[in-house]
Amino acid sequence: MVQDTSDSQPDIQIDGGRLSANIMHFARCLRAAGLPIGPGKVLQALEAVEAVGIGNRRDFYWTLHAVFVNRRDQRELFDQAFHVFWRNPDILKRMMALLLPTLKADLKQEGPEMSRRLAEALQTNKPKPGEGDGGEQDQEIEIDASLTWSDRELIQTMDFEKMSAAEIAMAKSVIKRMTLPIMTVPTRRFQLSHLGRRADLRATLRQTLRSGGDVIDLATKRRRERHPPLVVLCDISGSMSRYSRMLLHFLHAVTNDRDRVHTFLFGTRLTNVTRYLRYRDIDVSLEKVSGAVQDWSGGTRIGRSLHEFNRVWSRRVLGQGAVVILITDGLDRDAAEGLGEEIERLHKSCRRLIWLNPLLRYEGFEPKSSGIRAIMPHVDDFRPVHNLASLADLAKVLDHVGPRRHGGMARWLAEVASA
Amino acid sequence: MTNPLPASVDETLELLQRGDYVAERSLATALYLALKLNRPLFLEGEAGTGKTEIAKVLSATLGRRLVRLQCYEGLDVASAVYEWNYARQMIEIRLAEATGEKSRESLGGDIFSPEFLIKRPLLQALETGADGPPVLLIDELDRTDEPFEAYLLEVLSDFQITIPEIGTIKAEQPPTVIITSNRTREIHDALKRRCFYHWVDYPDAAREQDILRVKAPNVPEHLSRQVVGFVQRLRGMDLFKLPGVAETLDWAQALTQLDRLELDPDTINDTLGTLLKYQDDIAKIQGSEANRILTQVKAELSAAHPA
Repeated sequence: MVQDTSDSQPDIQIDGGRLSANIMHFARCLRAAGLPIGPGKVLQALEAVEAVGIGNRRDFYWTLHAVFVNRRDQRELFDQAFHVFWRNPDILKRMMALLLPTLKADLKQEGPEMSRRLAEALQTNKPKPGEGDGGEQDQEIEIDASLTWSDRELIQTMDFEKMSAAEIAMAKSVIKRMTLPIMTVPTRRFQLSHLGRRADLRATLRQTLRSGGDVIDLATKRRRERHPPLVVLCDISGSMSRYSRMLLHFLHAVTNDRDRVHTFLFGTRLTNVTRYLRYRDIDVSLEKVSGAVQDWSGGTRIGRSLHEFNRVWSRRVLGQGAVVILITDGLDRDAAEGLGEEIERLHKSCRRLIWLNPLLRYEGFEPKSSGIRAIMPHVDDFRPVHNLASLADLAKVLDHVGPRRHGGMARWLAEVASA
Repeated sequence: MTNPLPASVDETLELLQRGDYVAERSLATALYLALKLNRPLFLEGEAGTGKTEIAKVLSATLGRRLVRLQCYEGLDVASAVYEWNYARQMIEIRLAEATGEKSRESLGGDIFSPEFLIKRPLLQALETGADGPPVLLIDELDRTDEPFEAYLLEVLSDFQITIPEIGTIKAEQPPTVIITSNRTREIHDALKRRCFYHWVDYPDAAREQDILRVKAPNVPEHLSRQVVGFVQRLRGMDLFKLPGVAETLDWAQALTQLDRLELDPDTINDTLGTLLKYQDDIAKIQGSEANRILTQVKAELSAAHPA
């Protein structure tokens, strides 16, 4: 938060402390704009500026740039901030002062909400600890437990689209506790194991020394296992809106369940929301996500979004044999223009492509729309996603260690055979 | 022969120039900071923009040893930092047994002494030789897995490595560290925080022209202008992999080898493989598209440099 910390000035003083104070303000301004800048960075910046000197503006720019910018996408923000701030640092200070009241207002808004959540949490906890009297209380809890169980059974197969608010709340809590089994693949690293088949000479020698070199007991190692990255591309256009909310809860649960999960949302454009979903608190997380996404419940441009993914992200997140989950109903505004090529590219660059489609729950579903027909030939798995049971089914798919591009290979063989 | 470190951004630029590296001032600033403040320089950028080259040039112009650690998936401590020479240790134990001279304690102490240690790049980089501290190049860091990245944190912030049997080895003089990444995955913030960061971008036409002049002096001026113009236009297009500086150089050299003094559509079609590395891209550019770009480039050049 923005607050006055003028009393905690760093030790290094250039130009009578005026410049160092300005650099500190600049850093705080960048931090307020969302760059991850800690106090260490400010000291680093002062050191750097001292090293280069402040002979000319260009060097000064690149000096601060080298310290404060960490990723390519931060360059734009830095550039703007630099030009606003160093033209006249006072402007920004005044702007920050002007910003303060609104920030405070935001806080106030947040206040009651937090306390309501706290109150709710307290209320639900209240009946549970026994308040002295025995039998009746126990019985009540028993009934309670059976009730929740049957409720959950019902919800398992209920369509997300038809749920009431209370049922949605129940489903959310189930999703929150749901974990997917983690599919593993062998890596090139080794770990010590009695079940291993290779001799580990290093460990053998250590053990031998321990016993004074008399007995040589062969230690063995085996390949360490790791789950491949999981990349989720989720459609949040109008036709998916009812599902996407529930799916976001699901994605949040998965993201916090394991590492190496990358999540992208798309409608007419593509947004990487991985970082926002990492917040432990689902409410904070969803608030950040909704702030970042600009195209909620709009049209769908699957082809264009996938194109952007392939161009900008695919090489960064699909390394090391990632599994891709594509969640969309396949209804495309651009009439599947260019979709075929992009989905083919996506399929070729990942281990497995799994398509989750909520429309698949309807009995008479036929792949008639051009978007669906374009995607169909390039997926390894095609399954419904409209209720909790189907999400749990997804677990079975992810658990299976398929060879890379399993489906593609099978199809290719079938084509060769039929030709 | 050791050269002193540059004392300003301008001197850093000169230093790079002496090594035939045409750098932008922004890169020189970041590099100067890294040298001056003994912090690693983290270079990110597309393949073929000259990230690895910077470390090589530094090592050559500063007259320092280059220690290179090429990263790959599955890189472990044994192949990156150090390993005990097991075979020699075994022999030592057998010898001690045969002669029966040594007590167990002294043997234990002896076989974990530095002479049984096989030094790998990271440990080598902590050694200051006669030519001063080396230049450590950690190439394509994005190819390793996260555990190794975490291991690097100690090495990069304190320039020290802990070997349980011997203790902590600390560099007398910290090495100059250059880390490169192609962004096949995101590097953790904790590591980036310890470094100065620079995004190595594709050069603009003028600078690419300079690079060609320095790196490929045998390519005629007229041809190199056309080559640069063509490549610059390609970079503005929607291709899967844009050509890097390395590809421009390759192409210019290839054209010279083929005794071409000027670009023509047939030559472009035949040599496009040196420039573009994906079949989809080649198919897209080959033929009429290449012809169209060439006409534009030629028109532009004749406007800028009337014969």
